[in-house]
Amino acid sequence: MDTALLIEKSILVLLLFLVSLGAAAYMTYFERKLAAWIQDRVGPDRAGPFGILQPIADGVKMFLKEDFIPAKADKWLFIIGPGIAMFTALITSAVIPWGPKLHLFGRDITLQVADINIGILYVFGVISIGVYGIMIGGWASNNKYSLYGAIRASSQMISYELAMGVSAITIVLLSGSLSLNDIVAQQSGVWNIVYQPVAFLIFFICALAELNRAPFDLPECESELVGGYHTEYSSMKLGLYLFAEYTSMFVSSAIMSILFFGGYNFPGMSHFSGNTLAILGIAAFATKIFLFIFVIMWIRWTIPRFRFDQLMHLGWKSLLPLSLINLLVTGLVIAFKNGWF
Amino acid sequence: MSLQIISIILGSLTLASALMVVLSKHPVRSVIYLVITFFFITAMYIMMNAQFLAIVNMIVYAGAIMVLFLFVLMLLNLNKEVEPMNTRGAQLAAFIAGGSLFLVLITALKDTLILGQTYRQQDNNIGLVKELGNLLFSKYIVAFELTSILFIAAMVGAILLAKREKQIIE
Repeated sequence: MDTALLIEKSILVLLLFLVSLGAAAYMTYFERKLAAWIQDRVGPDRAGPFGILQPIADGVKMFLKEDFIPAKADKWLFIIGPGIAMFTALITSAVIPWGPKLHLFGRDITLQVADINIGILYVFGVISIGVYGIMIGGWASNNKYSLYGAIRASSQMISYELAMGVSAITIVLLSGSLSLNDIVAQQSGVWNIVYQPVAFLIFFICALAELNRAPFDLPECESELVGGYHTEYSSMKLGLYLFAEYTSMFVSSAIMSILFFGGYNFPGMSHFSGNTLAILGIAAFATKIFLFIFVIMWIRWTIPRFRFDQLMHLGWKSLLPLSLINLLVTGLVIAFKNGWF
Repeated sequence: MSLQIISIILGSLTLASALMVVLSKHPVRSVIYLVITFFFITAMYIMMNAQFLAIVNMIVYAGAIMVLFLFVLMLLNLNKEVEPMNTRGAQLAAFIAGGSLFLVLITALKDTLILGQTYRQQDNNIGLVKELGNLLFSKYIVAFELTSILFIAAMVGAILLAKREKQIIE
């Protein structure tokens, strides 16, 4: 029994690893095609039909480029930086429930690596250490533009973590559980977005800032900072930074659909059962993730970048008070419903 | 038995990285070793099934406070030439302060052995969020609220200090 569980979880981990990396690779292709479409261009179309092999060509290019470490850089930290970025981007997927139970080989397989009862806190823990990859890499480069990028990244991520956490607390208040599995299971009827549209908006904006995506991509703002925190990076180390960004985009889209859009739930799911339900659930979840990724990319190619003081004002003076008010109102409504007054 | 082996390995790794915090010559590396130490402590909490404490330790200490430490150190960019405090007096003061802290900790350790016994007698779920929340909002409610007032006072104080400095510059 124990061995079977170990094998099952190992396969799941390996699968998740491959899926996240594959998704990240093809998100780069999708992003370029989308950008081309928005700007009325053709986009990559040389490698394979419709340029479908472009990510593979890019990957090979990244591996074959010269790996350069600046002379005055802190060598070890310079190497560790991209590793931490990739590591933190990947480990969040451990607590995500990817679908209803699958029934295979006479066993019920839970499509979640670890159903810990503090799932949402774990996600925030990983987010809070995610900044180290950028900070360490930017500092170790020994380049002032990299340092500026690193400092911008850390202050931005700390600022937006607060509003993000507070808006996630409202979801915890609603569901009464910190486990992502319970949060998804409770949304089988009505999705949380119906009760918490404000919290979702705040969470989404904060997620964009945490991902360092446009319009909040100040840490790598190419018009001011050359390349931001990865100015000195080349070869696969640069590749890991870019890959980590896309992987976290994938994972945070998953988190947003779990918290607000019912995860693997879909309308009319009571008509199905067993493996059909599981497969349809996974498909529904994948669709939601894809839509989120699409919206994030759409925003990148539509809205110009913020200025740094605007970013700080938005985070501290608009989003944080708004999320606190939202939390207060939610708390009062729940207390009223439970008959505390 | 295997649990004991894991805790011994974890303990020695924690001590080793904590030692590296002190021994490492470069301040930024010290901070990174401190982050690693916090991670090992988080692992220890998880071994005691204190999940909430573990994750809060990771978010607050490893995530927030250490990022601020790193932030300040990166801006200062300390290195050997500009190291400000390396006089005899500072060394002596550090020795005395560290030594007295060490003495206090050693005395405190004596009580922990007894506390550990009582911990083992209680049930294993005491570290879970539900149990902790029930305790915090019933038995320890006064202490909890007082701590939050203390935090607010500290925050107001910090903002006041920052504001006053700005006025002087202007």
